[in-house]
Amino acid sequence: MNVLLLSASDARPMYQQIIDQITTRVMAGDWLPGQALPSIRELAASSGVSVITVKRAYEDLERAGLIATRHGKGSVVAERLDQARGLFEDALTRSLVDAIAHATRLGLDRGQLHQRLDVELDAAESTPTPTQGNLP
Amino acid sequence: MTAAFAVSGLCKRYPHFALQDVSLTLAEGEVMGLVGVNGAGKTTLLRLLTGLAAPDAGSIDVLGHRLPQAQVAAKRGIGFASEDMRLYRSQSLDWHIALVRQIYPEWDDNYAASLMRRFDLRAQQPIGGYSHGQRVKALLLLCLARRPRLLLLDEPTTGLDPVARAEVLEALADVLRDERRSVLFSSHNTHDVEQLADHIAFLHGGRLLAHRDKESFLDDWRRVLCLGSLPPTLANWPEVAQVRSAGSQIEVKLRAWRDDLPERLAAQGLTVQRVDPMALEDIFVTAVRAGGAA
Repeated sequence: MNVLLLSASDARPMYQQIIDQITTRVMAGDWLPGQALPSIRELAASSGVSVITVKRAYEDLERAGLIATRHGKGSVVAERLDQARGLFEDALTRSLVDAIAHATRLGLDRGQLHQRLDVELDAAESTPTPTQGNLP
Repeated sequence: MTAAFAVSGLCKRYPHFALQDVSLTLAEGEVMGLVGVNGAGKTTLLRLLTGLAAPDAGSIDVLGHRLPQAQVAAKRGIGFASEDMRLYRSQSLDWHIALVRQIYPEWDDNYAASLMRRFDLRAQQPIGGYSHGQRVKALLLLCLARRPRLLLLDEPTTGLDPVARAEVLEALADVLRDERRSVLFSSHNTHDVEQLADHIAFLHGGRLLAHRDKESFLDDWRRVLCLGSLPPTLANWPEVAQVRSAGSQIEVKLRAWRDDLPERLAAQGLTVQRVDPMALEDIFVTAVRAGGAA
């Protein structure tokens, strides 16, 4: 069974694909809080990616509060995802503030900015990629 | 913990080539990818590690055994496969298997059978009738099924079609499940190294240009696209490996990325348009052309 669907054709680096797909599956509820994640070595072997790449992804996911690593016992999905949700909320707020600043520079009004957001949302929907972007 | 191998101050001189002052360690359970152009010294380094050649200077320890004194003990744990190794053309793969399993008691019949299926090889057919890809896979099977603690592979994927390459890479990835086994493989194919290696060792002109863990190595490089007029001193920045311009478009390849670099480029009057990570392939070519400082 495939744990992750990684591809060299994806423009994102491998560790970013791992982060994005685990985040997607945790947020979608495929993987429940407390559920054990595959070990770093197991995931590396089954997806043909180096151990250090998986390790880097797990470390980033842990910092973002999505997974918890118990020393010697491997990693599990975090029991409480509030911290992760909070960080995502903060990151979203920051991006929106940035977007408003750029819109102001370009002289866009509220309606035009709404319109641009709709254009981007349509574009994102037409290309079915999982959650993208850096973790907060 | 014993290192899979450790070499220090290694030198080997040939009439037209010299490997110079190479010091390198691979921790147990890790995969190292050896990159370099033809003639960079990759095969020489592998031959020294297998004990097939003796160094002019420096020390070599493999699986805790000093070469050449403890060569016999070291060789028990080494699995070496290279393109110029020959199989007996008139004999079958089964015949070769019987030969190898007599020598190595660790031989694993189940593993051999599963590799035979994965590689889609016919056991009874004489090797002479195998394609190049099938011969490479047969050689790798003979090497892997011994379960050696250190795999030394010289260009394991060169000349393979994409399907055979994927089969070989999957078999190598499987080796990672055992945390006591280590792999050093050389490759021209930077995609394979980028995918599978924990560490990258970069040889150029017989010298080790860089050896780092792969993630931080890749993280040091960025391709930045800017708009503006080319500042004359930009090419001299120590962080800059290459600058190219086309009209008002400027491409800067950075070998020592830091978060403040976009600001510094902006201070030169440039508008930074994109900052992208670089694939190992691009880093490799850029570093070699920049005169080999990675």
